[in-house]
Amino acid sequence: MRNPRRTEKIAFFFLFLATALIVLPVGLIVVSIVRKGLPAISWQFLTDIPREGMRGGGILPAIVGTLYLVLGAIVFALPIGLFAAIYLSEYAKDNVLTRIIKLAIVNLAGVPSVVYGLFGLALFVVFFRFGASILSGSLTLGIMVLPIIITASREALESVPQAFREVSLSLGASKWQTIRHVVLPNGISGILTGTILGLGRAAGETAPILFTVAAFYHPQLPRSIFDQAMALPYHLYVISTQVPNVGDKMRYGTALVLLGLVLIMNSVALVVRFRFRKRHRW
Amino acid sequence: MGEDLDKLKIQVNNLNLWYSSFQALKDVNASFKERLITAIIGPSGCGKTTLLRVFNRMNDLVEGVRVAGTVMVDGINVIAPDTDLMTLRRKIGMVFQRPNPFPLSTYENVVFGPRIHGRAGKNELDDIAEKSLQAVLLWDELKDRLDKPALSLSLEQQQRLCIARLIAVRSDILLLDEPCSALDPQATQAIEELMRGLKNNYTLIVVTHNMQQAARVSDETGFMLLGELIEFGETDQIFTRPRDKRTEDYITGRFG
Repeated sequence: MRNPRRTEKIAFFFLFLATALIVLPVGLIVVSIVRKGLPAISWQFLTDIPREGMRGGGILPAIVGTLYLVLGAIVFALPIGLFAAIYLSEYAKDNVLTRIIKLAIVNLAGVPSVVYGLFGLALFVVFFRFGASILSGSLTLGIMVLPIIITASREALESVPQAFREVSLSLGASKWQTIRHVVLPNGISGILTGTILGLGRAAGETAPILFTVAAFYHPQLPRSIFDQAMALPYHLYVISTQVPNVGDKMRYGTALVLLGLVLIMNSVALVVRFRFRKRHRW
Repeated sequence: MGEDLDKLKIQVNNLNLWYSSFQALKDVNASFKERLITAIIGPSGCGKTTLLRVFNRMNDLVEGVRVAGTVMVDGINVIAPDTDLMTLRRKIGMVFQRPNPFPLSTYENVVFGPRIHGRAGKNELDDIAEKSLQAVLLWDELKDRLDKPALSLSLEQQQRLCIARLIAVRSDILLLDEPCSALDPQATQAIEELMRGLKNNYTLIVVTHNMQQAARVSDETGFMLLGELIEFGETDQIFTRPRDKRTEDYITGRFG
């Protein structure tokens, strides 16, 4: 009773449906945020400090705070994550221990972010006495995105064909030269993709910064990495639930700025990726 | 013919090789003469590629590999643990089954080795690229589009490019591992032609399961079976008057 043509149609329908189900909510979210948030966007909104008990004014401190936090997290996590990925993919012997480590790292990516927040509180804020500060927050976010960066980078490096490594070695290149000149340039796309994912996650999380850096109300720009700071996701949480009578405009405006910020950072990474590809002509 | 005056380039003595507990090479003894083409033939899994990869120590990449015996290349035992692999592999280049240029431009492929090994300036690199491509008869075809991706070339051109890449690092022994198995008959013929030309300056060892190719292109031939080198001698003799019954069975197509 099998009818391959009908099976084909059914398969197509469900696969298409699944894709549509993903695209549709994303589209709805973006449209509703843009529609409700756009009227809030003004020069003042982007460059002023919050006023009237956060019911008016702007969100500049939160924008700057989030930028610092994300930059700090990437500066900390990208080199360490990349080096760890290179070690795991190129140097570590394929044995039980290595496989357990890889599995552990993948699983770390799934740990709830509030757990990272508590960890950051215990380690950076209390133990290292960094206090609630941009440094503590960045390190906590960095640790949170490390598994994402390591896993994505490792997979990118491992997907570089073994043949490339063989050719390079057979031409008399050392292992490091092979990694530097053959493996990394060919894996850079995936590495940057992982970094983009990490960036977006770091920018949007509230829980990890809750205990480590975020200020409820701190209407000035941070002066050093030991300052507390406001941050967009936490600010959004505060004006949505903790402060009564905040207009829809303010909230959706803040959400739109957060969304735009992540988008801009992603675009920068995309441009870097494109440049890199062009230089390598492939 | 003055064959006795031919200088021995590689001498293999009592070579044994194990992959973990599997013995892939058994007491191999052979001598490869300078500036000749030596073919190694035999059925799949007979150890011919393994033997080839002993010469440039590419077998080191396999975990659990063990080697015993000596392989003297220009009087130096390359099996010794203290061999400088980077120098060795520059001297003994390898061409693989599938053409495998890097996903870079033609130019960058040719100068990959010299660039990595450093010190060459732009002019020098240009010079190396031109000479190397000339040596594989690609220069006239490609000189105006050196910046085009190497992967857009035909398979035959890619394989030539891979040989040019070795010439650029001044290899003097070329190991060719089934260099034509991905090519059509015409391209195969062209590569064989190139191999004959390269013989003037290089020592070539070619592994092939294509017996006609071995007969056409090589000066000497070794026949391997189950890890043993059954017979080794002048190609004419191997193909017309094999001494060993197994060689005869193989080249007459009774198995393989």
